[in-house]
Amino acid sequence: MDARNNGLEKFSRSVYRTIFRRNSVFMVGIFATAFAFEMAFDTATDRWWDRMNKGKQWKDIKDRYSQ
Amino acid sequence: MFTRLSGQVVKRPLKQWVNAFMQARGVSGTAGAPQSVRISINTKAIAATAAVATTAAAGLGYYFYANPIHANMEEEGLHPPAYPWSHRSLFGTFDHASIRRGYQVYREVCSACHSLDRIAWRNLVDVSHTEDEVRAMAEEFEYKDGPNEIGDYFERPGKLSDYMPRPYPNDEAARAGNGGALPPDLSLMVKARHGGCDYIFALLTGYVDPPAGVEIREGLNYNPYFPGGSIAMARLLYDGLVEYDDGTPATTSQMAKDVTTFLAWAAEPEHDDRKKMGVKAIIILSAMTILSIWIKRNRFASLKSRKFLYAPPK
Repeated sequence: MDARNNGLEKFSRSVYRTIFRRNSVFMVGIFATAFAFEMAFDTATDRWWDRMNKGKQWKDIKDRYSQ
Repeated sequence: MFTRLSGQVVKRPLKQWVNAFMQARGVSGTAGAPQSVRISINTKAIAATAAVATTAAAGLGYYFYANPIHANMEEEGLHPPAYPWSHRSLFGTFDHASIRRGYQVYREVCSACHSLDRIAWRNLVDVSHTEDEVRAMAEEFEYKDGPNEIGDYFERPGKLSDYMPRPYPNDEAARAGNGGALPPDLSLMVKARHGGCDYIFALLTGYVDPPAGVEIREGLNYNPYFPGGSIAMARLLYDGLVEYDDGTPATTSQMAKDVTTFLAWAAEPEHDDRKKMGVKAIIILSAMTILSIWIKRNRFASLKSRKFLYAPPK
């Protein structure tokens, strides 16, 4: 088992050096990931929710009544 | 604890397992009188279980003696069937077109006697009506407003911040106008009655002639779903009573369904958002729980598979 120079080992080392070593950078990484994840997760769940409830919500029927 | 090292523990017969257990715990009883040690612990456990079980049974028996269960349909009201509401399912929102029609039914039929104190005009905006529509509806009603500069109270047309107008100024007037019975406020009725939406719908569509032998007092009406069977409210929904502006035929059951959906919204206006947020929370928390369990077991694996070696002194 080549634990020194394979691709995964190199990748893990570089990730550690850029993100995990300095705590300040780590914190920034956490907030950035949370932000991006929340945007993606919310968009995906909202889209699925709207599909599950097609035609029932106010946004689906409001065009009938707007002047 | 250490007996886990050998995988053979599980396969040993009970007697040997108990002896090994006692040994691991430091009880020296394997050589002398293992019988008495084992039996006394067992009988204590059995005695304790029996005592707890007897107490529980006695308590349960007394509870049912004091609060007997009746199979008395009349007293509790006929149990309503479970209707397939579109908001019944785990991921289902309200049908907002139905809320809109239900508001119309409330306004034209129910608001003559029933108040809806907890709903303001602004609550309808972007739920069942546009802001302009709600403003126009609110302006049709007069509200008494506080003293002006010269100290007089005055009437003014309603605005979005006002609450739904009350049909009677107070409970006494309500009773006087309804033969002594007080029509309850409906803002929380769906949550306040056992059976919720199913009960309200069944009640509104459930007016029938009383069965043979059942006498209903003058002024009351028979409804099997109402606890006790005699309700002061008469049947109010008949086919074609209301004309819906979206063209839906206004049958009794359609009006009952719509007004029940409207009242369900009035009791739980946060329902749609609550369910959506709940789904998101459950997904995230389940994922994090599984992640936590996996990481913990991964980190503890080396500790849990440690072996100890005892090298006795020479």
